[in-house]
Amino acid sequence: MIKAAQLSKIYNGTTVLGIEELEIIKGQSFGLVGNNGAGKTTFFNLLLDLIKPTTGQVVNNNIQVNTSEDWKPFTAAFIDESFLIGYLTPEEYFYFIGELRGLNKADVDTFLAQFEEIFNGEILGGKKYLRDLSKGNQKKAGIVAALIGNPEVIILDEPFANLDPTTQIRLKKLLKDLTVNSNATVLISSHDLGHITEVCERIVVLDKGVVVKDIKTSTETLKELEAYFSV
Amino acid sequence: MINNFLNFEWKQFFRSSYWQKNIALNILLAFLAIYFILMFLALGVSIYPLLKKQFPESDPLLLVNGALFYWFLGDLIMRFFLQKLPVMNIKPLLILPIKRRKVLNYVLGKSAISFFNFLPLFAIIPFGVILIFEDYSKTTAIVWMLLMYICTLIINFLNFIIEAKSAETELSFLPLIVLASLLFGLNYFEVIEFTSLLANGINAITENSILLLIPVAILTVLYYVNYKLLKTKLYVDGSLKVKADVAVTTDLAWTRRFGDIAPFLQLDLKLLWRNKRPRSSIFILIIGLLYGLFFYPNPIYKEWIPMFVFVGVFITGIFMINFGQFIPAWDSGYYKLLMSQNIKYKQYLNSKFSLMLISAIIMFVLSIPYVYFGWKILVIHFAAMVYNIGINSHVLLLGGSFNRKKIDLTQRAAFNYQGTGAVQWLIGFPLLLIPILLFYIPYKFINFEAGIATLIILGIIGIIFHQKIMNFITKKYINSKYKMISAFDQDN
Repeated sequence: MIKAAQLSKIYNGTTVLGIEELEIIKGQSFGLVGNNGAGKTTFFNLLLDLIKPTTGQVVNNNIQVNTSEDWKPFTAAFIDESFLIGYLTPEEYFYFIGELRGLNKADVDTFLAQFEEIFNGEILGGKKYLRDLSKGNQKKAGIVAALIGNPEVIILDEPFANLDPTTQIRLKKLLKDLTVNSNATVLISSHDLGHITEVCERIVVLDKGVVVKDIKTSTETLKELEAYFSV
Repeated sequence: MINNFLNFEWKQFFRSSYWQKNIALNILLAFLAIYFILMFLALGVSIYPLLKKQFPESDPLLLVNGALFYWFLGDLIMRFFLQKLPVMNIKPLLILPIKRRKVLNYVLGKSAISFFNFLPLFAIIPFGVILIFEDYSKTTAIVWMLLMYICTLIINFLNFIIEAKSAETELSFLPLIVLASLLFGLNYFEVIEFTSLLANGINAITENSILLLIPVAILTVLYYVNYKLLKTKLYVDGSLKVKADVAVTTDLAWTRRFGDIAPFLQLDLKLLWRNKRPRSSIFILIIGLLYGLFFYPNPIYKEWIPMFVFVGVFITGIFMINFGQFIPAWDSGYYKLLMSQNIKYKQYLNSKFSLMLISAIIMFVLSIPYVYFGWKILVIHFAAMVYNIGINSHVLLLGGSFNRKKIDLTQRAAFNYQGTGAVQWLIGFPLLLIPILLFYIPYKFINFEAGIATLIILGIIGIIFHQKIMNFITKKYINSKYKMISAFDQDN
């Protein structure tokens, strides 16, 4: 589904990302871990063509992302709050995203119904704009919006951060179901090794922009990761 | 400690990307400042001889004192729109071992050395010095100068109280306008004669310098009120916290008829209405519409037709200029979202264009009553509208592709009550002046109709090639996509 080749990003002579070859197959749940500055967000930004690669390219479903825009209809992402439109209510935001993805209001309403538990009555129907929601609730809205319209590729940067424990557990279940039921390719990054080993079939460890580990998740993985990071 | 504060201010100013990217603009502002200083200086130097010449019977000092009411009122209104309480980023300081008293006094004290308080001195001091040379007693002159400066400071602090109060009520500049018109009206219709009351008070003080204590007392009280007001706000759940608006959901179903640009049009309308800063560009429409009243009834401009072109372009283009020059910065807060969503750039830009087009037409229709002042005005407005739609709107959109400055819609820095400044008016000048020139040349050498025809033909050319121009502009936007994303990502 996604192929990165000779992909690098260099800022003022410092290489923040340098990936020789990375392929993520369709339907895989792919996890990215690494300390601050390892290049996780840079990689996601390159996938979404938000920054220009210094060398190499990313190919999403046979479409090179920085030459064509045709990857956009089947790709969705939530990287940070700048993916939210602060002066809309959550409903209006969902309808807007839905419209861009070819869903009408009724479709979006049906879709949102399944998230009632996660929303916990705090997001829909409240008389609040997105900018006035708490960080956690903003994140919930952003993640759910990224799932609208059954995208084939879903990119979430640190989806677990800022969420309350209940929602973290629900989100894990949701993400696991997603790859099983809809065959979507899910890419997430996290600092929580427990969560990511639970959700992802494959985990890649980045360090200073370089892939240092590429693990197929097993029962040993969490221990392996903890050992790696406890240096 | 004060050293540290000053150091922060310095760094905040020079390290902001705004400063570094807009040196040209800053130079322009510096020129404006020098211009105003010279104006005030000229006023201060010339007013005594002028008054002496015009009214040889009266005492110039008394005449000046008689007019001070209007000066103060004008000063207050100017400040309200242009001056903001200088706030440092107070929040990080709250938990540091700094006395709140110190922070507050610093913030308030700093406001006293603002440019707005310096400016009057350029008029006050020359006038006072002339008084001494003209055989007034030295004490009278010095007391008068002191008094004027104290009054300036009183207005300074009064303004912050009014700003704070009107921000609480969310009525923006309405309370001030009402208050000012009320004072002006009471005075004008001689219900309460503030002019003479104030003049008598000032005369009394200049004669008996011990009375100077009264304005000093007023100043102290105002300072104290400001201090109290700020103090209650120094908590993170006070005004440092962003106040949540009650959301009103609307679906704006009527926008559907605009086809595929509908979602963006809805977004833009909500953007305009729900955020303080863009909302002010709606209020400016009203001011713009009334702008013609300054010129058309005035017989001085009767023969000066090119001036009417300026007014026409201004009225039909005021929203366009205000809104258009910040495309796409209005959307800077969520630009990454727009760039990674299933959006065609052209639709996005077309929505902005439609908004500008509609505004020009609406403003033209609303300005039709000006036909009262002559049919030529109506013709000029029509030509100006066509020119705005065909040329200015495209120029603004093209200019937007060079836009690298973020607008933070959500940012309501504590005590920052007004979103817009003098700068945005300056940028509009070429858009307003070039059509005057385009009209003037054929008007001068051929006739009125030729001037009008030039504007309309140029506008129509722009409209005919709209699709082609939009393709070109879209390409420009796509080329600067990465630069825009990274610029909008930076703060300040």
